[in-house]
Amino acid sequence: MIRFEDVSKRYPGGHEALQHLSIDVERGEMVFVTGHSGAGKSTLLKLIALIERPTSGQVIVDGRNTRKVSRRKIPAYRREIGMVFQDHRLLHDRPVFDNVALPLIIAGVGPREAGRRVRAALDQVGLLTKEKQRPATLSTGEQQRVGIARAIVTRPKLLIADEPTGNLDPDLSFEVMRIFRRFNEVGVTVLIASHDVALIDRMGCRRIALEKGHLQAEREDTAVDDYFAELEATGEEPESWL
Amino acid sequence: MRRPTETMTPLKKSGPLTNWILRHASTALGSLGRLVRQPFASLMTLLVIAVTLALPASLHLVIKNAEAISGSWENALDFSIYLKMDTSLQQAEKIAALIEQRADVLSVAVVSADDALRDFKRESGFGDALDHLATNPLPHALTVRPSPANTASAMQTLQEELANLAETDLVQVDTEWVQRFHAFLEIAERAGLMAAVLLGMAIIVIIGNTIRLDIQNRREEIEVTKLIGASNSFIRRPFLYSGLWYGLGGGLMALALVSYGLHLIAAPVSRLAGLYGNSFALLALEPTESLVVLGVGVFLGLTGSWTAATRHMRRIEPR
Repeated sequence: MIRFEDVSKRYPGGHEALQHLSIDVERGEMVFVTGHSGAGKSTLLKLIALIERPTSGQVIVDGRNTRKVSRRKIPAYRREIGMVFQDHRLLHDRPVFDNVALPLIIAGVGPREAGRRVRAALDQVGLLTKEKQRPATLSTGEQQRVGIARAIVTRPKLLIADEPTGNLDPDLSFEVMRIFRRFNEVGVTVLIASHDVALIDRMGCRRIALEKGHLQAEREDTAVDDYFAELEATGEEPESWL
Repeated sequence: MRRPTETMTPLKKSGPLTNWILRHASTALGSLGRLVRQPFASLMTLLVIAVTLALPASLHLVIKNAEAISGSWENALDFSIYLKMDTSLQQAEKIAALIEQRADVLSVAVVSADDALRDFKRESGFGDALDHLATNPLPHALTVRPSPANTASAMQTLQEELANLAETDLVQVDTEWVQRFHAFLEIAERAGLMAAVLLGMAIIVIIGNTIRLDIQNRREEIEVTKLIGASNSFIRRPFLYSGLWYGLGGGLMALALVSYGLHLIAAPVSRLAGLYGNSFALLALEPTESLVVLGVGVFLGLTGSWTAATRHMRRIEPR
């Protein structure tokens, strides 16, 4: 679903956010991108969303080379991807319903069909009763769920999230992650950038660990277990990689 | 009676055209709602646009009325021919008949010396004093109305030929100031057109600036909508409707200002016309002219908002 081929990104000013990065995310996978702030997590997502363009290398999303998506085609390209942000990015001058309906209005879906889909999306994040409220009257966790409803209301095949639990306490974070998991279970490819190691461990998904723009390690939970088993067998001290 | 329910009949899917109309209607209403929610700021902008539109519109009315007035002064173009004192009334009538046959003359009237004296007595107020005159000191005169088709040089020729008649003592023409007045109106019309163009540009700037501020205030919203896949035309649409409402509202207010102004000067004008023994009524804007004012307002509103939106929207890119 997502393939990075030797991707580098240098920002104006010389900061090297990503260097020769190659990754692969299969269709229907749920993957975490981890690393300290500044490791290149956000840049990786921005390259997928075409908020930024790579300095070199290829980014292929759903079989499409993003280099070939022209400026004018970016809106249509973005409509295929669900995006969730750390600070929700909701519009505070209109109720929850209108916020979630926005991607459908942009896509030109009629009001009747839109209403049906918005309610379905709100139902999936458990906020059906709050459609008339303004985002500001909701709790942070609820606001983030509105953000997720907005991202999935167009039924995208790919969902990307940048630190979606950044402002939430552990219980709310886990709840949000379970929502992502449910979408993943019905076939949506999910890519989440997060530095919440404890939570990621609890989810047990593959992770792409970045450090200073490089790939650090790609391991699944079983790989971690194997690693510790190996340490135990050889008697070595575990290297610090968190 | 069968009551259709959603389970009985499949959901009626609205067509793309219906959707398109609904979408535009809701955007238009949304933009209008935004203006209404900030009544003071919107009213100020509308007032500036209205005054700017009302200025050329009222100038146009002034010129139009002046032309109408000068049109009723056709008789000011008449030539008065004062015949020599020894010309008899019969001779005068013979000359009048001759002149009337000319192609460049519409009609000729003979004013006999007796008629002239009687009129003079009545209008001058010297009635009693004139009664003491032994003989009539006035000559017979002819009033020649030239053909309206005459060019300026044809008028000149006519005047010279009338002056060269043996019986003519004096030819008096009042045309010059009328011609000057028409020339002046023409200049005023040109100047008014230029002023209208400049004021129109001012309106584009005013609306453009208002839209620019609006875009800055909604920067966050524009960024978010771009992030979730809104095209530029989708983002521009509400601003275009704002411009349309500004132009339309400003145009309507301009029409109100102009008709209120007309109402204010109608009474003094009819008093003045009364003093001239004239029943002149002020001309108002015709329906088509009012439509032109509204159309110009809408056009300038759309132009201003399109320019501003396209220019400033492009700079807002999500980060």
